[in-house]
Amino acid sequence: MTSETLLRASDLDSGYGRAQILYGVGLELRRGEVVALLGRNGAGKSTTLKTLMGLVRAKRGQITLFGERIDTLPPYRVCRMGLGYVPEERRVFAGLTVMENLEVARRPSRDGIRSWTPERLFELFPNLGRMRERRGGEMSGGEQQMLTIARTLMGNPLAVLLDEPSEGLAPVIVDEMAKGIAELKREGLSILLSEQNLRFATAIADRAAIIESGVIRFTGTMAELFANTEVRDRYLAV
Amino acid sequence: MTFADLLAQLVNGLANASTLFLLASGLSLIFGVTRVVNFAHGSLYMLGTYGAIWLAEHLGGGALGFWSAVLIAAIGVAVLGALMELAVLKRIYGAPELFQLLATFAVVLIVKDAALLLWGPEDILGPRAPGLSGAIELAGQPIPQYDVLLIVLGPVVLLALKLLLERTRWGVLIRAATEDREMVGALGVNQVWLFTGVFALGSGLAGLAGALQMPREPASLGLDLIAITDAFVVVVVGGLGSLGGAFLAAGVIGIVKALCFAFGTIEVLGLTLNFSKLTLVVEFVLMALTLAFRPWGFAGRPLRGAREPAGSVEHVHTPSRKFWAIALAAAIVLAVLPAFVDDYTLVLATDCAIFALFAASLHFLMGPGGMASFGHAAYFGIGAYAAGLLAKQAGAPMLVALAAAPLAGAIFALGFGWFCVRLTGVYLAMLTLAFAQIVWSVAWQWDDVTGGSNGLVGVWPATWAADKTHFYWLTIALCAMAIAALWRVIHAPFGYALRAGRDANLRADAIGIDVKRVQWLSFPVAGAAAGLAGALYVYSKGSLAPDVMAISRSVDGLVMVLLGGVQTLTGPVFGAALFTWLQDEILRRTEYWRLILGLAILVLVLVFPRGVVGSLRRIVRGGET
Ligand SMILES: Nc1ncnc2c1ncn2[C@@H]1O[C@H](COP(=O)(O)OP(=O)(O)O)[C@@H](O)[C@H]1O
Ligand SMILES: [Mg+2]
Repeated sequence: MTSETLLRASDLDSGYGRAQILYGVGLELRRGEVVALLGRNGAGKSTTLKTLMGLVRAKRGQITLFGERIDTLPPYRVCRMGLGYVPEERRVFAGLTVMENLEVARRPSRDGIRSWTPERLFELFPNLGRMRERRGGEMSGGEQQMLTIARTLMGNPLAVLLDEPSEGLAPVIVDEMAKGIAELKREGLSILLSEQNLRFATAIADRAAIIESGVIRFTGTMAELFANTEVRDRYLAV
Repeated sequence: MTFADLLAQLVNGLANASTLFLLASGLSLIFGVTRVVNFAHGSLYMLGTYGAIWLAEHLGGGALGFWSAVLIAAIGVAVLGALMELAVLKRIYGAPELFQLLATFAVVLIVKDAALLLWGPEDILGPRAPGLSGAIELAGQPIPQYDVLLIVLGPVVLLALKLLLERTRWGVLIRAATEDREMVGALGVNQVWLFTGVFALGSGLAGLAGALQMPREPASLGLDLIAITDAFVVVVVGGLGSLGGAFLAAGVIGIVKALCFAFGTIEVLGLTLNFSKLTLVVEFVLMALTLAFRPWGFAGRPLRGAREPAGSVEHVHTPSRKFWAIALAAAIVLAVLPAFVDDYTLVLATDCAIFALFAASLHFLMGPGGMASFGHAAYFGIGAYAAGLLAKQAGAPMLVALAAAPLAGAIFALGFGWFCVRLTGVYLAMLTLAFAQIVWSVAWQWDDVTGGSNGLVGVWPATWAADKTHFYWLTIALCAMAIAALWRVIHAPFGYALRAGRDANLRADAIGIDVKRVQWLSFPVAGAAAGLAGALYVYSKGSLAPDVMAISRSVDGLVMVLLGGVQTLTGPVFGAALFTWLQDEILRRTEYWRLILGLAILVLVLVFPRGVVGSLRRIVRGGET
């Protein structure tokens, strides 16, 4: 399958202050696919996503979105170009209601996708529709996680960086989340998903990349990953 | 006290509360979104008052002239605030918070002299509001109509702000940015304009508050610091970022002050209590009490992801041989200085040494301790008063007084510090300010002991040290020893524990360091050093007044530390000498030393965002790190 590349990172070095975390990271996300970035805690998954978004500055390397360089743009410009970001640890605005959380992220519609509205998002996440006026701080972990995803979709992104959506959620909720994400994929959204939960990633990803100590150790299809027991045993916690 | 008196005072107090709320709400909004502690907020208020009075004169009398003056002044101040944000703060949002603070101090200095230049040093009385200069009758008591208007205006503005924040997209974005700026940016919002807009709104509120005070309070050059401290107190008591809290706090402070006025002097069990004397200090007492029992104020919450105004993390440099060589050379130069300079320069050099010690002691809390103290002048003043009182009231010899002063500074710091370390960041800073103001007002009002506002005169050094050169040597020696002692503590296990607590509170706790205790014990160390500096100051001047511990001295201390750079101990020492020398140098040439100094600081902040010494180090080392 060859399709258009939306997001490409090559040879990224990145980190916080003097501490370098990423070493020569390269990644590719094509239109309509879900790529899972797998790795243990502290491997550098979140740092990779933050660097792609421009929240952490790459010290070296290139990032392109639809062929345009984005590695020097501020995050808000990256977002406006069509890259959405869902942070880990569900950073909902605790003092804002569900509707207000969505309002913060509302952006004009974009060619090529059906615009997201709160009503459409409530079809995807029916729970949220039942608590429109509830404040972010008064929601359960699973509800917050759905809200962060819904919030990012309000920007009508073409591709989304999704940082450990299953983290700390009950298994039932994780399944629900997987269904939601699969639904988004059917809508044509491209997703770069960071995960530790291999089962969850397997359910929705087309391809996988494995990161360890800030270095990409493996890239391939999910099938290739499953065939390669050595890689799985070495880099993925069981 | 009659009921009528009480009523009159209450109305007055509530009217004050209204303007106080407008002022504080602006500060709260700006802090909430940008996390900048804008010291220039009081200056904007002052400009509101001056501007409105000036405009009212030029726009002619009548209600139209008066109210257009109020409106135009408020809008003008809003524009100024936005310009300040665009020209200065926008460039340094990435810098440590303390540098942003320094930049706003510079604006305070500049605005003060600009006002002096434009409107002169005399207080200016404003016009009364045409049509509202009368009084209405309430319970047989005349109540000024204008006060009634203000009392109504407070809640109206609160409501308007609430609607703005809750019913408009802009308001929702502001509330979101208050919680998590980074996330707002990642969701596609250009915060640059959000920040400028908030600055304009907040500044406009300060300008409006100042303009509305025009019939009630003359414009004067001291309004800026009074307004900023009042605003801080209200914001902190109410809870950072909470408008409702600020409203409540302003009301409570207004009422309590009014009650103090109304009670006046009363006799209780044979004791004479003068409540009206309390008005100077009551808001600070209230703040200290609030923070002791409700660390986040009436309605505040701990700030998520808020950076503390602390020094940035930097490695401690073990001094090289070169350092010792330079230190030795400096010592020799300082020792032989009297042979080459006149008395005037010698006195200036003595001052430089005293303030170097003062700045070093403040740095001890701010740098390794990571605790910004906004009221460090308290310990300087306590040392000064301890020495002065011992000398004057007890006839103690100079050496006894000089030894007692650090002890007094340490004891008070131990007491104040116990409360302060329970808090962090801005709250901690404000509590230190509260204590300083309480001490200051005691010195100001306890006539029988401290000499009140006149202070103490005729505190001269012992005969063996009376000569300018001898006193200079004594000062240099004591200050050098004290600074060296501070340096020693910073590099002792205690200093490492202190820095560990600053950099990683939880981790330090986990490896068995009692962070709070270490922080607490750092207070008396700093207090002793500042106390010694204060005592030397008294003997060098021969007199002292409550001014030695006024807010402006605490602010000077902060500027000295930040000017030199908070990362190293040499920074503040250098910054203090530079500040003292510059102030004197400019003052000899022009009356407008603040203007020049403020502009110089702005340039320094924008060019050297790590402080002079920090930046020089970087340049010397070829820009590594
Ligand atoms: N804000 C930060 N400052 C300094 N180091 C950080 C910061 N965030 C993460 N790190 C470090 O970067 C490394 C990678 O972290 P992260 O990207 O969050 O890993 P993951 O998301 O795979 O768990 C870890 O060693 C972590 O300690
Ligand atoms: Mg992570």
